[in-house]
Order: sequence, then structure tokens, then C-alpha cells
Amino acid sequence: MWSILRTLWITFRHSFHARVTVLYPEKKRRLPARWRGRIVLTRDPDGEERCVACHLCSAVCPVSCIALQAAIDEKGRRKPDFFRINMSRCIYCGLCEEACPTFAIQLTPDYEMAEYERKNLVYEKEDLLISGTGKYPGYNFYKVSGMEISGKGKGEAENEAPPVDLRSLLP
Amino acid sequence: MSAVGLSIVVILGVLIGTLLFAAGIIWFERRLLAVFQERYGPNRAGPFGVLQVVADMLKIFTKENWIAPFADKAVFVIAPGIIMITTLASFAVIPIAPAILVSDIDIGLLYFLAMSSFAVYSVALAGWASNSKYSLLGSIRAVGQMVSYEVFMGLSLMGVVLMAGSFSLRDIVEAQAGMWYVVPQFVGFVVFFIAGLAETRRIPFDLPEAESELVAGYHTEYSGFKFAMFYVGEYIGITLISMMIVTLFFGGWQGPFLPPFIWFIVKTLAFIAFFILVRAALPRPRYDQLLSFGWKLMLPLALLNLAVTGGIVLAVGK
Repeated sequence: MWSILRTLWITFRHSFHARVTVLYPEKKRRLPARWRGRIVLTRDPDGEERCVACHLCSAVCPVSCIALQAAIDEKGRRKPDFFRINMSRCIYCGLCEEACPTFAIQLTPDYEMAEYERKNLVYEKEDLLISGTGKYPGYNFYKVSGMEISGKGKGEAENEAPPVDLRSLLP
Repeated sequence: MSAVGLSIVVILGVLIGTLLFAAGIIWFERRLLAVFQERYGPNRAGPFGVLQVVADMLKIFTKENWIAPFADKAVFVIAPGIIMITTLASFAVIPIAPAILVSDIDIGLLYFLAMSSFAVYSVALAGWASNSKYSLLGSIRAVGQMVSYEVFMGLSLMGVVLMAGSFSLRDIVEAQAGMWYVVPQFVGFVVFFIAGLAETRRIPFDLPEAESELVAGYHTEYSGFKFAMFYVGEYIGITLISMMIVTLFFGGWQGPFLPPFIWFIVKTLAFIAFFILVRAALPRPRYDQLLSFGWKLMLPLALLNLAVTGGIVLAVGK
């Protein structure tokens, strides 16, 4: 009986503790920057799309929610023709962000995506593309890769030496 | 106003007031449980969530009226009605204030005990008529528990009757003008409180419904309005037991400064809050532990209390 009375007293004391509930939507919890929420496609610091339609993200996606098709634009850069993510299938695992070689696809700390109709949860490229650089501000893939596009020839990337003319090496 | 007219006003007032009060207790319990559990209860529907009960009731009234095809239809429908009728009928004898008493019969306490015995019928019939395993197990537990705890519920009150010299609840309240009976009859109060918890099937004696074990026990197969009757009937039972404790042990409507009705309501609310605290705090004992607690500890205690009270009353020569 004593333990029962003690339990009652302890439970009663809990009524003077602060409540742990966060009253959403008036107050929202602070999320870390690496929190895996809504997916976005980012641009590089020059304003061009980062995505090179390499299909690595759709290959690694465990629930196959990413669909895209590659195309080459007039400057010689690969771009996706369409880029579709089915957000109702997405499990927000972040594997696509880890797989992406150009830091194009990123997960942001946003979760307020409720829709009334399921078809509105399939996001196209214009829904995913943002005008900023996301979480990796200084990175431009084409500046460090060896690919030749208009405005940058072979050997003109950062940390890259110009190509050697083999015939000048002959004895 | 004629006597008959006044009586009708009092009757309707007590009936409707009780139903509204029990509905309000639903809100009170959810908010108070949340306070004990360091969270908010319902606070979206209406200011402080008071319209949550209205929303719940609307939801339950619009549910499909489904009676299990394998159930015994007539008994199935009657069972929740029995508990509502008998529990509401018990409110007729409770003296809420000197002027608010529906029926001042001179065996008020016996009447209350008789009505609470009917609750066993309701649970037993509900479980049996449902014709399903969980319901049957729930009602078996309920019948055993309620019949066992009823024995000393009556015995624990006999000490109060001995001291007041009457079964009439009004006389018992007025006999407490000098000292509330909780002081001399503390053992009787504790035994009656525990028996009241068991009769209303309230935690820690809620094995019949045992939300985590038996789905919903004897009211598993019930939905819609019939379930609402069981649900609200439970809260009406809590209100009834709280009011009886206040009447029998805590001086009813007596108290300084405030009007008697307010005192009665304040004391009743205090006991309902204590019922809710008990729900928030205590675990559920095993069924055999529950029964042996009743028969081996509570019953001898009630008999001892009765014997000692009888001896002292006889010796003092009231």
C-alpha cells in the first residue's frame, strides 16, 4: 500500500513539470541542417542546373521513385529532359544525395508537403528546381571535371594541367 | 409553484445536469490525464478543447449501427440500457443541496447499493450476448470482480449507518454537521473508495475492459450509440461514486461561506480528480491478485471496521 501511495504522489508531482509537447503549427521544432526532408534540385554558383542526368540517384533509390531522361543542350552540357520524383513513394533516406556526383539533388529540412490528391505528390523538375545552391554553396561540377563544354576546353578545369601533345614526347 | 411542478423541475434538472456533468467529466479526464503525463490534452476544438466532447458525441452518433450477426440481438441492445438506467436512477437519492433532492426515501443507501448491483447484469449480459471470445473473457472477469467487491462495499457503509442511525442519505449528511465521517470511519472510507473503483471498472480494476489486453473486453462488439452508452455510463458511475463518497464521508453540501451546491460540486470534482490520478498512476493487478485482495484483505477489514464501530457506538450509548 505504501508503494501505491508513493506512486500516486510521484504522478501528482508530474503535473507541475513543464509539458513536453511542441504545439505545432504555432511552434515548430528546430531541425538540423542535415535533416532529410523535401528533395530539391540545385543550381551551381553561376546559375546553371547542376544535374547532369547521370541516373545515379534513380539507380540507388531503394523504392524507385525517381524517373529522368538525359538530353544534351546547345552548350554541350547534359541536362535532364524531365526529372520526376514520386514524393509519396520517397522514403527520405538520402541515398540519392549521397550518390549524386554534382551535389545537384539534396534533401532539405522541410516536411510540410501535404496534398489532398495523390497525383499532386508527383513532383516534376519545375517543382524540384530551386534557384540557389542548396547546402553546398561553392561547388561547380564542371569546374573540376575533365569534360569539354563550350567555354571550357580540355585541361582548363581547376587543378588540371593542360593535355600533353604526345607527338612532342617522341625522341 | 406547485409541489409537483417543483419536483419535476428538480428531477429534470438532476437528470440533465448529471448527463451534462458526465460529458464534461470526459473532457476533464482527458485534460487532467494529460497534465499528469506532462502533455496537453485536447486543446484544438473550442477554447481549451471543451468542444472535443461535442465532436466525439457527433462522431459516435453518426456511426453505423452494427449489431454482430452472431450476437443475441435483444439482449445485446438492452445491456447498455440497463447500466444507464440503473446508474441514472441512483442519482435520485443523492442530496446535492438542502433543496435539491429528488427523493428523500428513508432507505436511500440501500437503494443505492441495490442499483449498483444491477451493473453486474449489464456487463454480464453484454459479454454473453456478444457471443465472442474477448467479450466473454471480459465479462467473466467483470462479473467475478464486481460481485466480490460488492460484498464489502455494502459492509463498509454500515459503519456510517451505525453512526448516523439511519439509512436516509439526507439524515447521514445532516448527522455530519459536527464532524465529517471520514475521521472516525477512515477505514470504511478507504474500503468504500476501493470498492467504488472496482464497481465502476476503473483502473486499477479495469481488467474487464483491459484496453491493452482484451481489445475492449465486454464492449468489444459494441459501436456507435450503444458504445457511447457504455462509455458515458462509466463516467456517470464515477460521478455517482464520487458523490456518494462526498455525501457519506465528507459532509455532503456542508461548508463555510460558499452556497451548499457549490461545495458539493467542488468536493465531487476533487474526488473525480483523485479517481483520475489513480488511473494515471497505478498498474493493473493480475486477476487472481485482484480477487484475493478483495476477499482476503478488504472483506476482513470491512468486517473489523463494522465490529469496532458497533462496539464503540454500543459503548457510548448513542
